Amino acid sequence: MSHNVYIYILVMAGVTYLVRMLPLALIQKEITSPFVKSFLFYVPYACLAAMTFPAILTSTGSIVSALVGFAVALIAAYKEKSLVTVALLACCAVFIVERILAFLP
Amino acid sequence: MNRENFGRGLKDGIPIGLGYFAVAFTFGMMAVSGGLGTWQAVLISLTNLTSAGQFAGLDIIVAGGSYWEMALTQLVINLRYCLMSFSLSQKLVRGIPQIHRYFVAFGVTDEIFGVSASQEGRLSPWYSYGAMCVAIPGWSLGTLAGAVSGNLLPPFMVSAMGIAIYGMFLAVIIPPSKTNRAVLGVVIGAMAVSSLFAYVPVLNKVSSGFVIIITTLLVAGIAACICPVEEKEEENSNES
Repeated sequence: MSHNVYIYILVMAGVTYLVRMLPLALIQKEITSPFVKSFLFYVPYACLAAMTFPAILTSTGSIVSALVGFAVALIAAYKEKSLVTVALLACCAVFIVERILAFLP
Repeated sequence: MNRENFGRGLKDGIPIGLGYFAVAFTFGMMAVSGGLGTWQAVLISLTNLTSAGQFAGLDIIVAGGSYWEMALTQLVINLRYCLMSFSLSQKLVRGIPQIHRYFVAFGVTDEIFGVSASQEGRLSPWYSYGAMCVAIPGWSLGTLAGAVSGNLLPPFMVSAMGIAIYGMFLAVIIPPSKTNRAVLGVVIGAMAVSSLFAYVPVLNKVSSGFVIIITTLLVAGIAACICPVEEKEEENSNES
């Protein structure tokens, strides 16, 4: 049987939006449980760290450029550079390394 | 106030938009090569604004899967947004009209959540709107560019932009790790657990959406047990 692309898109968008919207719309109260508060405090760090590593290693054309980009981003982040600066420095590092790699046999 | 938050959101949205452009470019190329129209690809990006979910959804469309399969896949892959929205529900400025919650919800992505979570104190919805104003065009235009021509950008540029998002994440999680040992533990622990899921046989069969959910629940849960956060900020205590 044939499926309509637009219904697919509607289903995708609907489910994705509901997942995002329901907690924001329904949880209005301040949560008082110390465990839940602590948990929520750690959620962003755990979540972002899990998404960053090891995915960052495969985010560029080669593992070498990715490692250098990772190292540059770590150092820049450690020096508390802004989000934009860290991101652009990592991009530049990857770009430069890949240019150099292109000249190697 | 609102303008200031909006402006900061715009600025922090720039690396997000760059990274999105690169990823969405790939999505646009794949969508068209899978048989979708250019504008259908752009419509998906405009209405979904999520990377993993869209790639998985595209596979289902191309394979002619059922609508239920589509719904379930999106639910599983995007369930992490539920955690993020839960977290944001506590961080949003108190007493704002309900309508803001519906708009902020649309922009809950890994990256926008990342920068939102890094804001000091309460989150203004205008900050999210600022980031969304750069991120959504980046995502949609990237899809359009990829769909129209896979050769529009030289590959080395796409490759260099691919790391932008991760650089940004690091800029969010590293500075607090310097002063807060518990956060440092969470960061290292989460990276270790997600690496297990990436490289250990059997575990590496788990879909990336699930990996993030499991890792987050596990690591943040353990941290909350071992190092509960003491009351600080708002409601500044009569005790202590």
